[in-house]
Amino acid sequence: MSIEILDPVAEVIDNAPANRRIPKLGFLGWLSVAVIALALFLAIFGPMLAPYDPTLSNLSYSNVGPIAGHPLGFDDQGRDVLSRLMAGARTTIFGAAFVSLIAIFVGTALALLTAWFGGKTDTFISAALDVLFAFPGILLAVVAAAVFGPSLLSAGLALSIAYSPYVARVLRGAALKERAMTYISALEVQGFGAWRLTLRHLLPNISALIVAQGTILFGFAMVDLAAISFLGLGVQSPNADWGVMVSEGKTSLLQGYPLVSLSAVVCIVSVVAAVSFLGDRLESNSRGGNR
Amino acid sequence: MLQFIAKRLAMLVATLLVASFAIYGALYLAPGSPIAALTGGRTLPPEVMAQIEARYHLNEPFLTRYWLWLTAAVHGDLGESIPLHESVNTLIAQRIGTTLQLVLFASILIVMFGVSLGIIGALGRGAVDTGVLFASTVSAALPAFAAAVILQFIFGVMLGWFPVLGTGEGFVDTVKHLTLPAIALAATSTALVTRVTRTAVREELDREHVQTAVSRGLPWSDVVRRHVLRNAAIPITTVVGITIASLIALSAVVETAFALNGLGAYLVQAAQNKDFAVVQGISLVLVVAFVITNVVVDIAYALLDPRVSLGSRAQ
Repeated sequence: MSIEILDPVAEVIDNAPANRRIPKLGFLGWLSVAVIALALFLAIFGPMLAPYDPTLSNLSYSNVGPIAGHPLGFDDQGRDVLSRLMAGARTTIFGAAFVSLIAIFVGTALALLTAWFGGKTDTFISAALDVLFAFPGILLAVVAAAVFGPSLLSAGLALSIAYSPYVARVLRGAALKERAMTYISALEVQGFGAWRLTLRHLLPNISALIVAQGTILFGFAMVDLAAISFLGLGVQSPNADWGVMVSEGKTSLLQGYPLVSLSAVVCIVSVVAAVSFLGDRLESNSRGGNR
Repeated sequence: MLQFIAKRLAMLVATLLVASFAIYGALYLAPGSPIAALTGGRTLPPEVMAQIEARYHLNEPFLTRYWLWLTAAVHGDLGESIPLHESVNTLIAQRIGTTLQLVLFASILIVMFGVSLGIIGALGRGAVDTGVLFASTVSAALPAFAAAVILQFIFGVMLGWFPVLGTGEGFVDTVKHLTLPAIALAATSTALVTRVTRTAVREELDREHVQTAVSRGLPWSDVVRRHVLRNAAIPITTVVGITIASLIALSAVVETAFALNGLGAYLVQAAQNKDFAVVQGISLVLVVAFVITNVVVDIAYALLDPRVSLGSRAQ
């Protein structure tokens, strides 16, 4: 049993009825929300709004810095960097969302199964998860790229599989705690079925933690997916993607023209920082309020 | 205690068995026949094909093949890279040193800076603490590949202090070549260790036994050294162990970024070239290293903290 350290002041605030609906985020929290909203907007509309064709190259503009109409200049192929960043938001953000959604879904399902049935099911699933822990996400993605060929899909599926046990382990504890509550056994005695109890009672009561886990996972997924694309095993050049752009810009960076790599790095780091900040906030809120 | 260790070791063997099966079996998930996968789709003369078939026992049933591969691997023979006509052992042996040096260098940085910054943050309140928190937040959000290109640009291109590509010769030159990669590899983990250390030391400072020690008039430095740090060492050791284990896979990214001739970079290259024997061999080596590190951390944790209930599952 882990020891919960609760900040008494935060708890009082958290339990105050007026603040139940809107979580306390503070300035940095809302800034994070804004960054994430902008990233989502770009992921949906970026490719349509990009001022130029992100894959159109014009070698006479190779590594030309910012000029009028091209605020971030051109990469070594003479492609507009701003357009590539806007178009690249889609695979970067949706890729990470896809990975974290699958991992959350699988992890939650496993956690609910183990919590509900306990006993042998719990032992078996937990042992299977222990084996999966032996594969770091990046390693699994590299092997997947070797087997199925490098693509965003194979990298994404590999990462989802690698993340699921982490989700399952965290949620299992919370689900077990909820499962042991008397209201569950009271409802069970009244003849309510396992499906209804799990989906209508267990699941909603650990949902805050699930959301928090999903947010944290999204950050990890973005970093790992970008790293895999950086290695050339995810999204394939010339398609625009922030991870791909970091590696495409590396040759120019070493020759003293860092704008391409660094602008992609800034995009990745700001979204990741925003997501992980928000995830931490949500997690401490959910742990504090959801006892 | 011995029973606990025996149990962990049994689990280790079971995990490695399943993991090796997964690594070997992955080859057969590849579209196309295993021989096409092994040769990377190249057309070879029939006698070479027959040789490969015999070498990889392709006419035997799958489980027999797996067993032959596994027993050979346990005896230290990881097979042969078909495109390169070289033994995987040799290919790994040429590169494992660089990866070990890199991970070791990064681990030293993590322990040195992570722990000390965490302690400084916890003991020094106010501006010092805020500075430590800010630095750790920034470096926690910096992925290894991002740290790599930033370091290459600042310290390689702009200042010219360190070489940006390749492995050096001799001790001093090697250290010089590995400094930036090790920092890039260590950045995120150092931040994590700093945070855990800071929290652990803070928590321990607020404990009653520390107040008692202070009120009994013990010198502050003794209280910190003997009462606070010793107790805080338990979570710190665990997190250091776990983060060091995570470096093993991450080294692939850093090695590729700095064009180091290490295992991870070679794994990526082999994956791109569909050199399956090499992918299997290196994956196996990395998984074994990762799993063993984790078991060592588990056992160290149990040895350090007598309160850990041995035998029962940790929550």
